[in-house]
Amino acid sequence: MKTVWNNYRYLILRRITQIGLLVLYFGANAWGWTLLQGNLSSSLILGVIPMSDPYAALQMLVAGAALAMDLLIGVAVVTVFYMLIGGRAFCSWVCPINMVTDAAAWLRDKLEINRVQNGKVPVKRVTRYWVLGLGLVVSAVMGVTAFEFISPISMVHRGLVFGMGFGWAAIAVIFLFDLFVLKNGWCGHVCPLGGMYSLLGKFSLIRVHHDEEACTLCMKCKDVCPEQQVLHMIGKESIPVLSGECTNCARCIEVCDDDALEFSIRNLANNNRGASDEISK
Amino acid sequence: MSKSSREPISDRRKFILNMARGAGLATLGGFVWSAYVDEVTASTLLLRPPGALMEEDFLKTCIKCGLCVEACPFDTLVLAAPGDHKPVGTPFFTPREVPCYMCDDIPCVPVCPTGALDEASVTKDGVLDIREIDMGLAVIDQESCIAFWGIQCDACYRACPILGEAITIEYAKNERTGKHAFMKPVVHNDVCTGCGMCELACVTEKASIFVLPREVSTGRAGDHYIKGWDKADDQRVKDAKVINTKTRLSEKSAMDSLNDSGDLY
Repeated sequence: MKTVWNNYRYLILRRITQIGLLVLYFGANAWGWTLLQGNLSSSLILGVIPMSDPYAALQMLVAGAALAMDLLIGVAVVTVFYMLIGGRAFCSWVCPINMVTDAAAWLRDKLEINRVQNGKVPVKRVTRYWVLGLGLVVSAVMGVTAFEFISPISMVHRGLVFGMGFGWAAIAVIFLFDLFVLKNGWCGHVCPLGGMYSLLGKFSLIRVHHDEEACTLCMKCKDVCPEQQVLHMIGKESIPVLSGECTNCARCIEVCDDDALEFSIRNLANNNRGASDEISK
Repeated sequence: MSKSSREPISDRRKFILNMARGAGLATLGGFVWSAYVDEVTASTLLLRPPGALMEEDFLKTCIKCGLCVEACPFDTLVLAAPGDHKPVGTPFFTPREVPCYMCDDIPCVPVCPTGALDEASVTKDGVLDIREIDMGLAVIDQESCIAFWGIQCDACYRACPILGEAITIEYAKNERTGKHAFMKPVVHNDVCTGCGMCELACVTEKASIFVLPREVSTGRAGDHYIKGWDKADDQRVKDAKVINTKTRLSEKSAMDSLNDSGDLY
């Protein structure tokens, strides 16, 4: 039992957070709870503190909508939280799609699909930034919030809180894409919201730190990481994971048997990648 | 395969090709995405919550959070789910299922974080006024409304929350029997809020009075027809833009089609 907790403690906490948030949102619609109302696009904590999706607000802005004060405050709350504290934690701790893509990644690993599917990956990781930009272009040209009409994240979350309709198909599309087309395809390559939070969370304080001296180069962390490129320092340098693409999911911390990875507040003195300069500015 | 493809490709060429590829794929994706968005937002036959902006502005301003839906005490408002064939995630209501009960405090409007439901549009003299809302306009199908057959029915009139103002009953002689009266419901365009209570109350199998968005249920006379007896209406013709309609005359000479028998026999 103790090993289960040790090996999955953050995964368990993440599932509790993800499902707990869903229950709170669901309860607000079904039973009139006021702790957390709305959905991931825009919500209210205790009927007072607004939170709004910064990417949705950006699309509204370029589409030509007048931005209301409540919306701007909500965007500020979310932006400041992830920018200063959480990093890209939205993706692994809040977003309901994370459970879908984690399931697909798990099954993909179990079925050893990577062994029959070789060759170049069809989609690159920078694609998410292209989609991010393209969403804004389409929003501006069409005068609507373009991504909000196709976002599987909103569809699924709204579906769970307000009624699913054919929203299950969005789940299926992402699951099958991640399972058969590309490992960590949606969250790690395509999703513009992931791109948005990668950019926002670049300078956040909570970081995974690597201790090179404790590392035995087993590479379990890289196997389990949905954004392997962020772990380039494993076994090489004792520095924090500085890429904004790290989702702070902490799977690497759990699977490490050598205590070579741990969460901590960004260590300003020790990091030798120049990020300390960026921070102190 | 051509010979040149076996030769190593220069970095410059590679860079330019990759950029061109990225731009091309983005264009491809952009067109598909735009076409999809254009189609899914094309629905015009849906009723929005109180205070909603005009549909075009509404679609760019609504963030689809559902706070209005949660605020509605009657479960009137719902968010369009995939498969509803409506702009996905946006709030609407279906009067024949649950109409708007026109709450005095209009709880659905102030909660809107983006102003897609505009509080100012439903405020009069500094207070929220439910009479200011305008979600649509009830229209009557006189063929299926049994009151127009001569059967006495005033279900819509009785159900109307603005009783006696939004719908009135007009009496007319029933010439068929010679001794009965028609009691015909008449909807008043300037008072009706489009709440749909009448549509829910209508006794016919499919409602014979139903709410449509004003864009759909109303026409427009244009600036060139005025009510000559109404001084204020005179202004419109002064504001009217000149429209020149020119028909090009045919340059061919006129032909006597009756006597020109060139193509006959």
